[in-house]
Amino acid sequence: MRRLLRDRRAAFGTAVLASVVVAALAAPLVTRGDPAAPRDIVATRFLPPFSTDVDGTFHPLGTDRLGQDVWTRLVYGARISLGVGVLAVIISLAIGIVVGAVAGYRRGPVRIALLGLTDFALALPRVVLLLLLAALWHPSAALVIVVLGLTGWMSVARLVQGEVRALAVRPFAEGALALGVSPGRVLWRHILPNALTPVIVAGALGVGNAIGLEAALSFLGLGVQPPTPSWGSMIASGRDTLVNAPWVAAAPGLALVLVVVACTMVGDALQDALNPAARHEAKGLSG
Amino acid sequence: MVAGLVRRVVACLAVVAGVVTLTFVLLRLAPGDPVEQLLGPAATPAQVSAARHALGLDRPVAAQYVAWLGRFARGDWGTSIATGRPVRALLGEAVPATLELVGLSLALSYLLGLTVGAIQATARPRLDAVLSVTTVTLFALPGYWLGLMLVMVFTYWAGVLPAFGASGLDTDLLSGWARLGDRLRHLALPLATLTLIGIGGTARFVRGAMLDVKREPFVRTAEAKGLSPTRVVRRHVARNALIPVVTLLGLSLPALFSGAVLVEAVFAWPGVGRKLVEAVRARDYPVVMAATTVSAFLVIAGNLLADFAAAWIDPRIRHGKRSP
Repeated sequence: MRRLLRDRRAAFGTAVLASVVVAALAAPLVTRGDPAAPRDIVATRFLPPFSTDVDGTFHPLGTDRLGQDVWTRLVYGARISLGVGVLAVIISLAIGIVVGAVAGYRRGPVRIALLGLTDFALALPRVVLLLLLAALWHPSAALVIVVLGLTGWMSVARLVQGEVRALAVRPFAEGALALGVSPGRVLWRHILPNALTPVIVAGALGVGNAIGLEAALSFLGLGVQPPTPSWGSMIASGRDTLVNAPWVAAAPGLALVLVVVACTMVGDALQDALNPAARHEAKGLSG
Repeated sequence: MVAGLVRRVVACLAVVAGVVTLTFVLLRLAPGDPVEQLLGPAATPAQVSAARHALGLDRPVAAQYVAWLGRFARGDWGTSIATGRPVRALLGEAVPATLELVGLSLALSYLLGLTVGAIQATARPRLDAVLSVTTVTLFALPGYWLGLMLVMVFTYWAGVLPAFGASGLDTDLLSGWARLGDRLRHLALPLATLTLIGIGGTARFVRGAMLDVKREPFVRTAEAKGLSPTRVVRRHVARNALIPVVTLLGLSLPALFSGAVLVEAVFAWPGVGRKLVEAVRARDYPVVMAATTVSAFLVIAGNLLADFAAAWIDPRIRHGKRSP
């Protein structure tokens, strides 16, 4: 039963993520045209879901205040959300792996300094930092990616550090050193590949987290700027029209929840499958 | 033990100092300054430079930093550039509102999250699966969106709860219980938003911690010597699972505070988070600095308290035998 459940979680998560990725990549095929194209505002604004406008265009999720098709913006917004989430996590993983590997392999002051830096960065209130960093330059998708990447590497560094430290004293690593392999090569070729299991899990959970934070920044107006569609800015634009057009805010929020749940489920299933012992190091601590 | 405590407190103070310095530097690097925002585009260059001089903004950044630190340490937190009000008074109103919201939601989400997590760890697989899906979904909800949806349902459709602020227009006319009721009605939606998400995270963590403890040999021993399952769970599993949970309490404070920033912005709850967002937008340097310092201090003090609580629960930590 448990095994079956495990498989179902992974299957659900993968299916959701795969369909969102396919829809985002095939956006021009599954929607009608440009998500930011100006429309006839008077005739086509705030059409409810499943309605057809004066031109005969069908709107499965209705239209927003500018008469733009919510479904089209949702699908194009998926490109931004997924792209930002994945790229930000790649930056976090790169920094986290390097810091964690060096801190785990080098003893003495280097380790102390790097671990101190990690703890320090972990203690910073992330949203405050995001607010400040996002206010520094003109808000854009690239800035959001860099900011999320720079503020998300700490848990990865801790995980990698722990793994590397444990692996460095194992016979195969000491053996390689004794055979005359350089320490750097031992670290990168022999130790790191064995230390990456929890990183995969942290990555899957991190993508969901980063997508949520991107939407939060865009919601506050500090992320991706309109007219580029992003789920966060779509929720923000639907905020003022909750009474007469609730679908404008509801649709991107539901999409967001679905994708984050899918990422979490894939991460959980991976964790149970790969490494049941390290469960509570990666989970829940990603503020 | 005492040396360890002192070391922890010193490390925490260093983090606060780091946060404050980093905020100061980032804030000065950010384009735009409060004077431009205050005087608007119609101001002449002479007026702008006069205002900058009056505020001390034309001095070197390092000198400004030292001056600010000195004044802050002496309790002079300055005056808000955007509103002209003393920063201490501004934050004096905001801090209790945030503590009320964050504290209550922390208590509620831990109470309910512990219950749900403990049920999951001891329940049949089917119930566990249903609850797992529920908690994952709760945990994935973006706070600001959940807030909007609750407003939509309870304010616009049902018309039973207010959506904005901390008190109604007629608060000053109310007294005693009626005033408390008004406050609670305003608190309901932001509190529900933060608590629902918190339950998801806590329950997931508690479930994991309890299942980990259940695999320990001492649990098998307890079962083998014939203790009833309830007693094993209560006395042996739950107690030991409490240690990582208490540590999580401290670690989840920054996340909870971050969540509160967004939720306060959505509900116009007059707390530190909302003040901070407004002040960052207006480049209101004194308010940003004070709000960041206070929030960093609260978060780190919370972490420290959680560490002490973990040491109090677990004699192994108390006696310094924690593995690295």
